[in-house]
Amino acid sequence: MAESARPRARQSDGVARINAALWKRAWLRATLTLTPPLAWFLVIYVASLVVMLVTAFWTVNPLANTLEHSWTLANFRTIFTSTYLTIIGRTVVIAALVTITDAVIAFPFAFFMARVAGPRSRRILFSAVLLPLWASYLARVYAWIAILQKGGVLNWTLGHIGLGAPNLGYTNVAIWLVFSYIWLPFMIVPVYSALERIPDSYLEASADLGARNWRTTLRIVLPLALPGVVAGSIFTFSLTLGDFITPILIGGASSNFVGNVIYSNIGTAGNLPFAAALAVVPIVIMSIYLLGARALGAFEAL
Amino acid sequence: MATTDTVTAETRVALSPNFRNPAVRVRGIEKRYGSVQAVAGVDLEVADGEFFTMLGPSGSGKTTLLRLIAGFERPDAGTVELAGVDVTRLPPYARDVNTVFQDYALFPHMSVQENVEYGLRVRRVPKSARVERARAALEMVRLGGLGDRRPVQLSGGQRQRVALARSIVNEPSVLLLDEPLGALDLKLRQEMQGELKRIQREVGITFIYVTHDQEEALTMSDRIAVFNQGRIEQVGTAVDVYERPSTEFAAGFVGTSNFLVRDGQRFTVRPEKIQVLSPGAEAPGQLHAEEGAVVDLVYLGAATRMTVALDTGGQVVALRQNLEAADIAPPFPPGARVRVAWDWAQAHEIETSPVADRSNTSTRRAEV
Repeated sequence: MAESARPRARQSDGVARINAALWKRAWLRATLTLTPPLAWFLVIYVASLVVMLVTAFWTVNPLANTLEHSWTLANFRTIFTSTYLTIIGRTVVIAALVTITDAVIAFPFAFFMARVAGPRSRRILFSAVLLPLWASYLARVYAWIAILQKGGVLNWTLGHIGLGAPNLGYTNVAIWLVFSYIWLPFMIVPVYSALERIPDSYLEASADLGARNWRTTLRIVLPLALPGVVAGSIFTFSLTLGDFITPILIGGASSNFVGNVIYSNIGTAGNLPFAAALAVVPIVIMSIYLLGARALGAFEAL
Repeated sequence: MATTDTVTAETRVALSPNFRNPAVRVRGIEKRYGSVQAVAGVDLEVADGEFFTMLGPSGSGKTTLLRLIAGFERPDAGTVELAGVDVTRLPPYARDVNTVFQDYALFPHMSVQENVEYGLRVRRVPKSARVERARAALEMVRLGGLGDRRPVQLSGGQRQRVALARSIVNEPSVLLLDEPLGALDLKLRQEMQGELKRIQREVGITFIYVTHDQEEALTMSDRIAVFNQGRIEQVGTAVDVYERPSTEFAAGFVGTSNFLVRDGQRFTVRPEKIQVLSPGAEAPGQLHAEEGAVVDLVYLGAATRMTVALDTGGQVVALRQNLEAADIAPPFPPGARVRVAWDWAQAHEIETSPVADRSNTSTRRAEV
């Protein structure tokens, strides 16, 4: 008794009373810990989103070029015209293709890194995956322009082999290629960490119960790696959905993306309310995507 | 000293394991990890339907040998035969054995029922038969009705049972168990020991059981192999191994042993076979008696463990049944003179093990 009381006596009475109060009330501790970051989150993040959503219901006076603070659904009606639906459709399809491509490339790659490679080659591969992220995004996109454009490396090489120049520059295929390249590390890393966490004994147990390697991969490894694939797909899908630089630099005349339409409405067109309304589209799509992933049980193994 | 060889032979005949068709035969097996020789040349035969235990301290090679039999590792030398067929080069999925893993290795994304069905599903057993057999296996391990749960919703003991059901549902010819009770508390462990024995009798599958717990080995096994530094020190029944340890390591690892040198011969006596008497008291019957002083006294509940330094050299540990409450009839206090007595017929002559590791032996003794 006496010994346990001694360290407490050293503290002042006030501190001791606060400590005791905090110790007894878990909710008070949680509130005090979470209030500063939550306040920051609300002011910086949620508030700006709310402002954006409110703006989406305003219009721009085309003559005076000023914001009119009157409520209207006109912006959203415009989105549902064929021009913009085509752009949204193109964006979603390419984002989905990029996600699938990255998942297909990342899974065997991450599997090799996590379960086959030794510590040394694992480090080398990790560096190889992460190194491109140190280079500027723009530099990497321009590198692809150099590869894909008319007199570029790809046309030149394939032309010399005799396969004919594919002329991929400024097409949707080019956008798909470049996005797949740029977001690949964001898929590999979460898939890697999901695969790395699977204990060897699961794979041994599966083999022990009679399963060949392909079945173990299909029934044990893939389901357990699914949360990692979903986490990665959230990156690849949402980053593609919102990007505007690659479509501008590498896309052609018929390669408008939601991102660069928003960008041009903020900049040259100066239609901030319409840009805000269009920005709601990726938010809605991502919400549907996440709910779908949850319904499919992608987060259950977390 | 007893004629140990004839007794050993008799005990073995009494249990009559079927050695003409051993379920598992391991010949000259060696496995090396870098500079560590995990298994250093082991020959072993396990009879059909036997409960065979591989006992040894951690790092003695018992788990490696189990993994070699399961097919998770390839040996550097030697062969593994299952029911007379050489399977050394076969992958795990092609071997008619199943393993109960130390960490259970239940698939977390499947229900208990799905886990148990997994092996049958892989072998394309029709759904209705599969469901029925899995249910029966869960009944056998007393987990009927828990099939819909996920492994995370079960306690350690229940998970252990699921792992067992998942293996035996496939009706393998040999079941390999890698310290399956290691993670359970004492009470549950003792309960599961009985359960395992019961299940083994019911299904009649050959069990190869790996443990470092000598008590577990003694209570459950038909035969025990004592492992030390990648080799087998002794193979025999529980009585063989306990009463007639063939090496110093076996004597020290299984139970507590006293090593004494008398007339130039080295021998061992088990603590419970030593009587502690008042100094100068007449030793009953033809017991050999020596004088000494109590060095240490430990109250164990059922018994009191006394360490006595003998005047003629050496120390013995004696186990004295607490026939009366220890505080009512206090045993001899440390420092007291006593007379210890034992029957030479109960002592066992021993040769020093070639690979005996003294420090290891003494720490094990301290734990026991």
